[in-house]
Amino acid sequence: MRFKETLIATPGQFVMVWVPGVDEFPMSVSYAGDRCGITYQIIGEGTKALAQKKPGDKIGMRGPYGKGFSLVGKKLLFVGGGAGMAPLAPLVELASAKGATVDIVVGARTREELLFESRSAVAGARMHVSTDDGSIGFKGLATELTQIVVGKHNFDCMYACGPEKMLVKLLTIATEKGIPMQVSLERVMKCGIGICDSCAIDGMHVCRDGPVFSEKDLRRFEELGKSKLDAAGRKIPV
Amino acid sequence: MTNLAVDICGLKMKNPTMLASGVLDETGKSMLSVAKAGAGAIVTKSIGKDPRIGHSNPTIVELPQALLNAMGLPNPGIDAYKTEIAEALEGGVPIIGSVFGDGEQEIAEVARAMQDAGVAAIELNLSCPHAKGYGAEIGSVPEMVEAVCRSVKENVSIPVFAKLTPNTSSIVSLAKAAESGGVDAIVAINTLKGMVISPEAKMPILGNRYGGLSGPAIRPIGVRCVYEIFEVVKIPVIGVGGVSTGREAIEYIMAGAKAVQVGTAIWKEGPPIFSKICREIQEFMEEFGYTKLSEMTGVAHHGRT
Repeated sequence: MRFKETLIATPGQFVMVWVPGVDEFPMSVSYAGDRCGITYQIIGEGTKALAQKKPGDKIGMRGPYGKGFSLVGKKLLFVGGGAGMAPLAPLVELASAKGATVDIVVGARTREELLFESRSAVAGARMHVSTDDGSIGFKGLATELTQIVVGKHNFDCMYACGPEKMLVKLLTIATEKGIPMQVSLERVMKCGIGICDSCAIDGMHVCRDGPVFSEKDLRRFEELGKSKLDAAGRKIPV
Repeated sequence: MTNLAVDICGLKMKNPTMLASGVLDETGKSMLSVAKAGAGAIVTKSIGKDPRIGHSNPTIVELPQALLNAMGLPNPGIDAYKTEIAEALEGGVPIIGSVFGDGEQEIAEVARAMQDAGVAAIELNLSCPHAKGYGAEIGSVPEMVEAVCRSVKENVSIPVFAKLTPNTSSIVSLAKAAESGGVDAIVAINTLKGMVISPEAKMPILGNRYGGLSGPAIRPIGVRCVYEIFEVVKIPVIGVGGVSTGREAIEYIMAGAKAVQVGTAIWKEGPPIFSKICREIQEFMEEFGYTKLSEMTGVAHHGRT
């Protein structure tokens, strides 16, 4: 979904999107600059209502918030699982524009759920596709495909976003290979501005200290891949 | 040498700043990080008997000099929260357990459980302006305030603080009622009830429509309330509302507060705000020749007839 407005944002930062009368929720900025935009999957009442909006309808937006990605080195690997490609896409474009070599591992359940394949191809990236059902590309998990890719090439940095179990496995792979890593995390978010504590992870906050964290923080997190808070602040399994 | 230490009802604080309830205090590790950042004491999220998810988003509206929030008392319930308190206690600063409930019985029950969890004192949330049946709906009637305070005091042995609402014609009456109910200190003020409407959307922005205003905009109201309360009660007063600098903390102290709470300022400056405020208080004291905080407490009342 694209907007008339210009939003100066670093890839990885997010906005709080308000669908009046329904809900407000965090969304990664998938298009920064002129005609900014977001990419969403319909997962609840809020995104369902968002999908029904027509050109000219009004929604609210505040942000951008949080800490985004930073480009490190010249040989970069991106791993996106499911909707995880959304915050990575503008970073891929930025990296390509700056002359970096870009490899992308993109995983989805099926061919239909692949995101940003054409956009990334346009950016001149080398694509590695995996699907759970093998309907296109490698049949298996994005983490398995990543293991193969890092065995063939050297990388200066790995950027990842997707299901947390996947991120935990990628952290292990990056650590084994000695590759620095930046990961975008997700938690229940209410205020978005670092005060309400609903997005806490090991005393840090996804909305303010993240959503992008580097391997140093990720290795320290005891809750990563294990527990998160629900809307009442109860610890529940990831 | 200046000394920032303060003793409130037996709680030994290394400095007069406390984390205000509702900010970075849903998890033990977050409270721990605020303690490490220099807060003299920590007040927990307001905790009830059962888990509560709170109001739907939007729960916050950012304004130029304030925040309007309607979180709606989200909390995991006292049973689950005990492990968070245990973690927070590792920070080595006093933990004050904020509690709410739908009446004196429930509030006393949660307060007792809070005491069992190991907190140093209880703060009664008699003032949340945006949760139906709780907070200010109980806390704006002096008789109810007195009854709740008395009931909690009968059920716990640790100090009890009453946090009062400014959404009343007379906060002084509430303070007197709380003192009569036997509490050990007054905390003033909670947020002011407010509303922000989006003209484009033709509706209030907050999911709950109404919310509580906090931040720099409300500081003159908080200072006035502390000033008024100081003149009518004998128990200590703790000031809260819009403090983000040492000078602003001193405003409250000179109005009569023994300590100040800081919440919304974390929005702009994060947990390092606590050590910054303390440094600024110290610089002020050195410049004006104060050696102890007590030399400044309530001095703004002097010379009045």
